[in-house]
Amino acid sequence: MSEPIPDPLAERRGFTRQGFDRGARAALAITLGLSPFGLVVGMAADQHGLSLVETLLMSGLVFAGTAQLVALQLWTDPAPILAATLACLVINLRMAPMGAALAPLLDRVSGWRRWGTLAFLVDNAFALTVAEQRAGRRDAAFLLGVALVMWLNWMTMCAFGHVFGAALKLPPGHPVFFASSAALLAILVPIWRGPAELLPWIIAGVAALLVHGAGLGAPWPVLAGAFAGAAAGAFRDRRAA
Amino acid sequence: MSLRPDVLLAILGMALASYLCRAGGYAILRAIRPPPFVQQMLHYLPGCIFIAFLAPVFAQLGWAGWVAGAAVLLAQWQLRRLALSIAVGVGTLWLMQVLAG
Repeated sequence: MSEPIPDPLAERRGFTRQGFDRGARAALAITLGLSPFGLVVGMAADQHGLSLVETLLMSGLVFAGTAQLVALQLWTDPAPILAATLACLVINLRMAPMGAALAPLLDRVSGWRRWGTLAFLVDNAFALTVAEQRAGRRDAAFLLGVALVMWLNWMTMCAFGHVFGAALKLPPGHPVFFASSAALLAILVPIWRGPAELLPWIIAGVAALLVHGAGLGAPWPVLAGAFAGAAAGAFRDRRAA
Repeated sequence: MSLRPDVLLAILGMALASYLCRAGGYAILRAIRPPPFVQQMLHYLPGCIFIAFLAPVFAQLGWAGWVAGAAVLLAQWQLRRLALSIAVGVGTLWLMQVLAG
């Protein structure tokens, strides 16, 4: 597909102030769910000897909790440049199909609005944006609004975890850590479009469990499940067509 | 308050790798002409990504996690308030852990 022809007016409609505000408000509702994760990353960074400046720089630029946690588990002295980079590459690979799935939105904008917004892409922002897209609104500023509020909350919580982590002492199995899974699960409700989703979702879950059960770590269960489920849906539709 | 050069390099490497993942999928989609099957897949991909993400998590959480998950879905389906649904999930899991002793 060729690069869409830039049209300043269409570009403005695809990136509105109202969309940004809607996104920011939508994000506020789930910051509660994401806060515990930020705390954990801040605490882990402290435990591995990163200063507050280093912790915030990492969280601000990388903005991906699972990848940061895994990289921190690999942390050494001097810092493992290659291992940390590879950990981020592998674990964040799941975000590549997310960007592709947002094409209907991103095609309407260009320049920093497209490539800058993509820099803030994270799981929950993606999920909220897909729900918004399926409600009939195509506004890339929504994604940026969601992501910036999440980013601010992320930075605050990482700093909090780094400074007060030692005093908090939350055990790994504590129910607050369920909050980030609960947030993703809840967003599945508006993403559900009807019974046509059932087969792809079941295949996705089964494939992810099989790959997970085979002992493969992130991102393989997510990637295998996502592609198996999506392929099952596409295959079924093409046979029906 | 320190920023060591080796740590800075590791962070920059992590940031670059993450951005490549975030922008790469869209960039590739726009650089090549995807066959209709792939476009159809993109239609189903979002939901599948999250199911595939959550399935192993819930498999490890056990039955208490399933009950808490059902509470989240029920709350979100009925009330459509994300913050509330998250709180319901955490509260349910906490309650069940307390009850289980």
